[in-house]
Amino acid sequence: MTVSDRPITAEARPDFAELASRPVLKRKRPGQLVAMVVVGLFALMGTYVIVTNPGFGWPTVAKYLFDIRILNGLLTTIELTVIAMVLGLVIGLVVAVMRMSDNALLRGVAGAYIWFFRGTPLLVQMLFWGFAAVLFPTIGIGIPGGPMLVEWNTNDVLPLFVAGILGLGLNEGAYMAEIVRAGLMGVPAGQSEASHAMGFSRMETLRHVVIPQAMKIILPPVGNETISMLKTTSLVIVIGVGDLLYNTQQIYARNLQQIPLLIVASLWYILLTTILSLVQARIEKRYSRGNNIQARKA
Amino acid sequence: MSEVQFLNVHKDFSGMEVLKGINFTVESGQVACLIGPSGSGKSTLLRCVNHLETTSSGTILVGGRMIGYEVHGDRLIEAHQKDINKRRSRIGMVFQSFNLFGHMTALENVMMGPVKLLKVPKAQAEAEARELLAKVGLADRTGHYPAQLSGGQQQRVAIARALSMKPDLMLFDEPTSALDPELVGEVLDVMKALARDGMTMIVVTHEMGFAREVADVVAFMDGGVIVEAGDPNEIITRPQHERTKAFLSKVL
Repeated sequence: MTVSDRPITAEARPDFAELASRPVLKRKRPGQLVAMVVVGLFALMGTYVIVTNPGFGWPTVAKYLFDIRILNGLLTTIELTVIAMVLGLVIGLVVAVMRMSDNALLRGVAGAYIWFFRGTPLLVQMLFWGFAAVLFPTIGIGIPGGPMLVEWNTNDVLPLFVAGILGLGLNEGAYMAEIVRAGLMGVPAGQSEASHAMGFSRMETLRHVVIPQAMKIILPPVGNETISMLKTTSLVIVIGVGDLLYNTQQIYARNLQQIPLLIVASLWYILLTTILSLVQARIEKRYSRGNNIQARKA
Repeated sequence: MSEVQFLNVHKDFSGMEVLKGINFTVESGQVACLIGPSGSGKSTLLRCVNHLETTSSGTILVGGRMIGYEVHGDRLIEAHQKDINKRRSRIGMVFQSFNLFGHMTALENVMMGPVKLLKVPKAQAEAEARELLAKVGLADRTGHYPAQLSGGQQQRVAIARALSMKPDLMLFDEPTSALDPELVGEVLDVMKALARDGMTMIVVTHEMGFAREVADVVAFMDGGVIVEAGDPNEIITRPQHERTKAFLSKVL
């Protein structure tokens, strides 16, 4: 049957050309409607329970939301997040570059670092740093097998906050190293080659050519890591650092209002992660240079 | 003075000999075309000139001075990275895959070398970069990123970028092989203008028309050796060796 042999039905209407020129209608999808009703009902039920169940203790939540102990804990959480992430990024960059070195020892040490810190639970590492004074009563700089040059009492120079930073930051460094390495490897080799051919050194090439282009590969996972870190900092409670969750626990240990106080902590965590997500989106936009459609006026 | 002398250049890649004793001279101001089948070693030879590839033995002199190596006792030793970088900055290179810096506009690509390496003031570097881009016919594309340019335009920016360092010598590694046929001409035109200005150029190419028209000397390579070299008309129209004849009968 050729095209012209087809039976003519609706297309034969006299006003066909006119109706065909009007905007096309969207077809209703009944399955979607059913899904909307079901999901909507569940959402309603959830909201109802949250509002009516006195166990949530909303007045208590309101009372403690801006409590000075909560705000102090929040500040500690932010400090832990920022310092641990900076430490993780610096370690990650160094370990990633070491891992891509043509020197086998540097490569091996970097590999061992990643292997160890990714291979043991963060909770265990955190406890380890908390108990570091047991393993190393004093720390200092000296010659292996020889005399010590300087020496300190571990408990004096390693307060719990610093132990928490080390636990979080050293572990983060291992993950960050892999993220940075993926970013550096994602920049085509021709880019470095062109830079070297112009006379740029390895460091200059890394700085001006490779890292700026690796950033757009590195940034989304770094954003995720930061958001994850904000919540992971709560593990410092096992060594007694007074972060948001620790101070929350301290309060409900006395007034036994566990649920309202955990809601207080959750509200602050979710507020901070929301802010971080917005910041992440803005930074990513900045580093997508060269990908946008519009030409920049120059 | 920017003549290039290849003195018995050998190179092996993990046991496989890819350059088997290359002896060849490109005089200052000459255009030399390296032709030959893929795998013949012509790109490797070109990349040895600015030390993107190391050599196993033999040496290359640019302007009478060794590149990439220095004398150490009675042997050659790889030169200090700083010296290599300095020599490279006077040798422009154009790649098959353009390799423009993707995060910079055409103008920024061309300004980068002078600003960061030669410490030219930004305003002066920008004026010179605009001039170079105009010279390659891209005065209206300065603000475009590489991804917004056609292959031919990208390659012309790459040539302008190489020229921004005021090189004594230009190396072209199959500059038109990645281009659509209708874009090849615009890049070859820029290269012809460069040759007319007296630039010393070594060009690895499959464009026999360009080689015949522009080159002062053509070298046919196969299996890591220069099979024959000389006047382009002689080599391309009246090749002496069977291997050259066989190759040319396929590409012409």
